[in-house]
Amino acid sequence: MLEVKDLVVAYGRVQAVKGISFSVEEGQIVSLLGTNGAGKTTTLRTISGLIKPVSGEVWLDGERLDGTPAHAIVTRGIAHSPEGRKLFPRMSVEDNLLLGAFTRRDHAGIKQDLDRVYALFPVLGERRQQPSGLFSGGEQQMLAMGRAMMSRPRLLMLDEPSMGLSPIMTQTIMRTIAELRASGTTVLLVEQNAQAALTLSDKGYVLEVGRIMFTDTGEALLRDDRVRRTYLGLDL
Amino acid sequence: MNDTGSLVTLAPDSSGPAPTGERWIRFAKPARWIAIAGAVGVLAAPFMAWAYRPDALDDVSFWGEPSPLQWFAFALGLLLLGCLVAPFVIKPRPGRRPRRLLAFNRGAKAAASGSLVYFAVASAAIVLELGGLVALEPGAWAGLAGALVATVATRALPEGHDPRLQFLNTPAWGQILGIVGAVALVLFAAAYGLGQDGASTFVTFGVLCGVGVYVAARVGVMGWLSAAAARNRRALVLAAFAVAFLFPMTQDGSDANMSIAVGVLIFAATAMGLNIVVGLAGLLDLGYIAFLGAGAFTAAILSRSAFATLGWSPPFPVVVLISGTVAAILGLIIGSPTLRVSGDYLAIVTLAFGEIFRITMNNLDGVDGPNLTRGSNGIPAIPDLELFGFDFGESHMILGVQIGRFANYYWLMLLVLALIILVFTNLNHSRIGRGWVAIREDERAAEAMGVNVFGLKLLAFAGGAFLAGIAGAVKAHVDVSVTPDQYIFMESAFLVAGIVLGGMGTVGGVLIGASILKLLPEKLRFFEDYRLLMFGVLLVVMMRFRPEGLMPDERRQLEFHADDDELAEEIGENIEAHVIPSLAGAPEPDLKGDDA
Repeated sequence: MLEVKDLVVAYGRVQAVKGISFSVEEGQIVSLLGTNGAGKTTTLRTISGLIKPVSGEVWLDGERLDGTPAHAIVTRGIAHSPEGRKLFPRMSVEDNLLLGAFTRRDHAGIKQDLDRVYALFPVLGERRQQPSGLFSGGEQQMLAMGRAMMSRPRLLMLDEPSMGLSPIMTQTIMRTIAELRASGTTVLLVEQNAQAALTLSDKGYVLEVGRIMFTDTGEALLRDDRVRRTYLGLDL
Repeated sequence: MNDTGSLVTLAPDSSGPAPTGERWIRFAKPARWIAIAGAVGVLAAPFMAWAYRPDALDDVSFWGEPSPLQWFAFALGLLLLGCLVAPFVIKPRPGRRPRRLLAFNRGAKAAASGSLVYFAVASAAIVLELGGLVALEPGAWAGLAGALVATVATRALPEGHDPRLQFLNTPAWGQILGIVGAVALVLFAAAYGLGQDGASTFVTFGVLCGVGVYVAARVGVMGWLSAAAARNRRALVLAAFAVAFLFPMTQDGSDANMSIAVGVLIFAATAMGLNIVVGLAGLLDLGYIAFLGAGAFTAAILSRSAFATLGWSPPFPVVVLISGTVAAILGLIIGSPTLRVSGDYLAIVTLAFGEIFRITMNNLDGVDGPNLTRGSNGIPAIPDLELFGFDFGESHMILGVQIGRFANYYWLMLLVLALIILVFTNLNHSRIGRGWVAIREDERAAEAMGVNVFGLKLLAFAGGAFLAGIAGAVKAHVDVSVTPDQYIFMESAFLVAGIVLGGMGTVGGVLIGASILKLLPEKLRFFEDYRLLMFGVLLVVMMRFRPEGLMPDERRQLEFHADDDELAEEIGENIEAHVIPSLAGAPEPDLKGDDA
């Protein structure tokens, strides 16, 4: 479904992503793992068109994606829930969600998806007219995910959904991701919490300073010594 | 009511730390009687002379025959007395919890200090106009003393509970009646205030209006009114429009006030257009007056004036469209390179654009460029409009009332303003409006949501310019002549100031802000030299005490008081109470008095 080829991204003269290639198949959950500065967020931002790559290609379903402006990429079926959630804190929950559906004009479908999000996250439904800035971190993350779902994406990119959340909240979020996959959404996940991410993932890519070091299925990576030492903090 | 002044009945829901007045609570009973004595003083004052000679205020030099301003003082005194006496009259019914609909103690405090301010302003006006304290007659002193006594004494009354009138289950016709009454009161106040020739009378009356609103707010009437208005938007809009429409009828064919009123409407319409750019999309445009100018110049050039330079004059509806389009194209031209910068840079670029426009209009005089605008002379002698056989320059008799030239234009501008407000509110609640607010809040996040940031910014710019162009086309005919020096930077600054003063992104707030900024200098000519100083002070005071504007957008209120959790909760509740039923079509929330 998504194909990234030799992607190079730079901020000024500093290369953040130094030629990575990976692919995401339909219906999968794929994780990008790595320490700070590995280039995970940059990769997502490039795919969603917020940054222009220096070289390399991004393909979605056999169509070239790089060079397309960000707002047009949303209409192609990619939703990006950015790092730090980037909600509109002074806008209500409902307005936030409706903004997620900004590119759509089918009112009936939007209403239906609103109800779907409220069913998935009842907290949001109860407080739909409150400004999202008043919410706790976990609730905000739910809203960020719900908002990303509102564009009815085929590919959902989540950047650090568990950041700053309690273990219980992390579990809830991860369970939701699994549910999303079950309902047919493909997910590209960036996580620091490797344990949680890999348990869910069909495939994982481990990045380090802008390069993919190795890749495998989620299960295999969970058992991989290098991963266990670096990301799971196990002393082997 | 529970606050008859005894210690025990301090309402449990009086929130927040006890104000300093609560310390004097044991004096509450005697204080109430002292305050009543003060109120009697205030009531007696209007029947005495306030001034030695008749030429101060509206002749307050008679004994026993109060002038209108004195009657207003009497009304204030009645209000004060009523608030003080009410707790004796309205006893809680046995076995029932008190209803606590009105906060009489707060009303008494507000009415007392309000009368003090009123008498102080009136006395100051007399002293200034007649030269010295000698000019003050016993009436003024009695009023001052009574109000002072009442003010001091009411400080000792407990603050009491929050008024619950706004939660009263009023039938729909009652709510609408209240709205119509309030709007009619505004019409009366506007007509009466504008009818006052003396600046001091006008100021004194203005103070009275302010005091009236303040007392109503403290007692709880305003809360009820805004709740009713929120639930009957259409009635409010219709009533406001009807009142604005009727205003010329109160003027008896006099053009003096109508010319001011037309100016206010043009200013308000322009501010409303700018409100899209500044209030919704969050783009600070400091050269907006240029779009008004572009519309005015286009209309002037296409008019039948002997000085028009093109010699082509299509009918006015076409001219309006062309004017709007010219302004919108200018907006696109200035917008497409500059909207990629934001914040301060955009402000600087638009400021420069405003100046470039003015200088260009000065130079298109046939010497430095093609002769389009006749340079600094501008285009004079623009004839009056004639639409569908209706000559705007003539007086007409309508329902036995003389309707002069400016009143004709007033009605036309009212239509234009209504159109602009319609466009504004529809945009505000549309998908596009949501996109603009998202851009204002966080441009990058908006882009990630699929909002075409640049396109929407450009649309805001061009759309706002189009509306200003339309207003400009009418303005050209109202003003008869169009010259470049009408469109200076100061006008742009006042437009922004009006929006900030009223409340960015709102309709009502911007109308009020624009009216205040345009009306005050027109009515108070003596204050012209200090106009900028006063506005500067006004804005600084606003930024300190009410940065969200007079009538804030609820979303905006959070922006300025983000650390105030209580307010945040309250806004959340308010929004839920008012917005959810209207959105979801659900039945209205059950808002009853707490004994119902």
